[in-house]
Amino acid sequence: MGLDIRWPIGLMFSLVGLFMTVFGFATKGDAEMYRRSLDININLIWGIVLLVFGCFMLWMASRRKNDAGTPGRK
Amino acid sequence: MQVTLTWLDYLILLTYTGFVVGIGFALKKYMRSSSDFLTSARSLPTWVTGLAFISANLGALELVGMAASGAKYGIIQANFYWVGAIPAMVFLAIFMMPFYYGSKARSVPEYLKMRFDGRVRTLNSLSFAVMTVFASGISMNALAKLLHLLLGWDYNISLWICSFVVLLYVLKGGLTSAIYTEVLQFFMIVLGFAPVVYLGLKDVGGYHAMTQMLKGIAANPSTLHLREAGITYRADAWTSAWKPLLAGPAYNPMGVDWFAMVFGLGFVLSFGYWCTNFLVVQRAMAARNMTAARNTPLVAAVPKMLFPALVILPGMIAVALMTLPNKGYRIPAPILDNAVYARAMAVVTADANAPADQAFKDVSAAVGKKMDPEKVAALVRDCAAKPLAPDVFQDRLWNAVTEYDYDGTILSLVKRYCPPGLLGLALTGLLASFMSGMAGNVTAFNTVWTYDLYQAYFAPNKSDAHYMRMGQIMTIVGILLSIACAYFASMYNNAMDIIQLVFAFVNAPLFGTFLLGMFWKRTTGTGAFLGLIFGTATSGVVHALTISQGNAPGMKGGYLGVLYTFPSEMAQNFWLAICAFLVCFSLTAGISLATARTKSDEDLKGLVYSLTPKIRDEGTPWYQRPAVLGTVLIAVCVVINFILR
Repeated sequence: MGLDIRWPIGLMFSLVGLFMTVFGFATKGDAEMYRRSLDININLIWGIVLLVFGCFMLWMASRRKNDAGTPGRK
Repeated sequence: MQVTLTWLDYLILLTYTGFVVGIGFALKKYMRSSSDFLTSARSLPTWVTGLAFISANLGALELVGMAASGAKYGIIQANFYWVGAIPAMVFLAIFMMPFYYGSKARSVPEYLKMRFDGRVRTLNSLSFAVMTVFASGISMNALAKLLHLLLGWDYNISLWICSFVVLLYVLKGGLTSAIYTEVLQFFMIVLGFAPVVYLGLKDVGGYHAMTQMLKGIAANPSTLHLREAGITYRADAWTSAWKPLLAGPAYNPMGVDWFAMVFGLGFVLSFGYWCTNFLVVQRAMAARNMTAARNTPLVAAVPKMLFPALVILPGMIAVALMTLPNKGYRIPAPILDNAVYARAMAVVTADANAPADQAFKDVSAAVGKKMDPEKVAALVRDCAAKPLAPDVFQDRLWNAVTEYDYDGTILSLVKRYCPPGLLGLALTGLLASFMSGMAGNVTAFNTVWTYDLYQAYFAPNKSDAHYMRMGQIMTIVGILLSIACAYFASMYNNAMDIIQLVFAFVNAPLFGTFLLGMFWKRTTGTGAFLGLIFGTATSGVVHALTISQGNAPGMKGGYLGVLYTFPSEMAQNFWLAICAFLVCFSLTAGISLATARTKSDEDLKGLVYSLTPKIRDEGTPWYQRPAVLGTVLIAVCVVINFILR
């Protein structure tokens, strides 16, 4: 099929990662909110993880060296 | 129990929904024939079909149920992932995929038609079609209830909206769309739940500290009300995967012996599921070539092997947390109705001046559950002093219940650790697991109906466009039937249990038929057909004549008299499967010998092991050869089991 699934996966996780990173950054001083997550700003950390994962997927898709998403019809 | 979502949580949820629907629409233009729609025209790469293979299996019920079992049984439950999946997945890849993929069959029942005859196909496709609809209905019901309890969302609205989203993307992009979104959902589930597990583990002080706490509780689980008073296990009952099992059913919380585990679960049930269930096999059949198809279950086996850390560990963390009073955590009690609260309130008020043990007895009776005497006494005392606000009263009464709703474990951890943001991500992971399970069922259902029932019996020689139309209609019908089953499940819980039981009966003997069919050319259609029917009947009869400890005769077996008592329900299930398999296997073999072959060697070429040219892997690099990869996987699995023995 002509759609490389890595594009939507990469885009979605980059977007969600971005939301969480920005939110985590904006709520940096909010000790009350992060008491739940054991005083770790988990939004910031995990947001960055998601962002990195999303960008990695996008990078893989853009290389297109691997034939994964290109039309595989015989 | 309820949590409130913030705008960010909704934003994450909406982003996810937007993307899955978007994938469906993006794929719409590629859906030109029925094979595009129903079989992905065999065009997908291995890593995609592999992750979809595992994602279709990882439904919401699994996520919720495995955490529950982790709390109940500990790490022994992980055997469902190791002995109960890895060997079967490797076997499917190396030995069975060549026939499924090489025969050009479009479905598992169609393979049965080619190998045996129409009767076996019809039997298998009918039971499979009904099973998929009920399976997705049951899990939809569970999810809608969960969302209602946790978020206060309306049962009907969540049911219909979730179904509508799945309908939209499956209808647009067919199997490809289901598979693509399953890949996305796989990452969503893993990335959504991993931080929760990490925080939980950190909270209890790491894995080693957790095992110490679990060892402490194993000797006397009744202190946390995990078992009845007086029951005691070995110290490693919750923390060792094999030693308590080898010690015998009395020494492990699951109450099974190692033979039932290895043969019943690891051979009969596991091979019966992974090697014959079209829901998962369909993913591998959508791969672009034979190597990709064979490697699909092997790619899937990698995450499968590691999943216990994601789905079973949370249950163990929850029990460990309960041993630490200063953490203030407990696995939630079963949900109580408003009527129960009203009744309890009346009793508590009336008993304000009654003696403590009398008040305790009355309150327990009103609630209908086991209660904690001290907490009840305190509640009665405080109520007499000053009337409590209704929500405070409800909360304290609910907390005084000492029974557990283990299915609430995973969500109670999500609620405990997730601040806004991460909460949205984890809930999206839960919704993703639900959608992947449902889409998997629906795409398997529409294919089996269209090719194995409709094309075979109702409208054989129609145009391809006609079957494509039918596939689309059946997608809608399948989803509507699932919704109907969800409502049915919400009304008749017992009926659902019976249906699930019947399916367990149907599944248990299946592998006997496939094993003989694929590896013994003498197996005949009559042998296979009768073997399957009598195998299924055997599990029914054995179930009717045996029971497990602590159960009264009835739904749980023994309704025709009790010939044997198993130490636990799990042991009963495993032994049922073993009996069904043995009967199916020997009957199929015996009847085959007594009946004439209807298919010549030439007919069976590509369908039976001895008549099919061996696949030569010399041309492919070693890291793509199924035999090499399978061996590595088994070795790694053995090492993991040895470390956690």
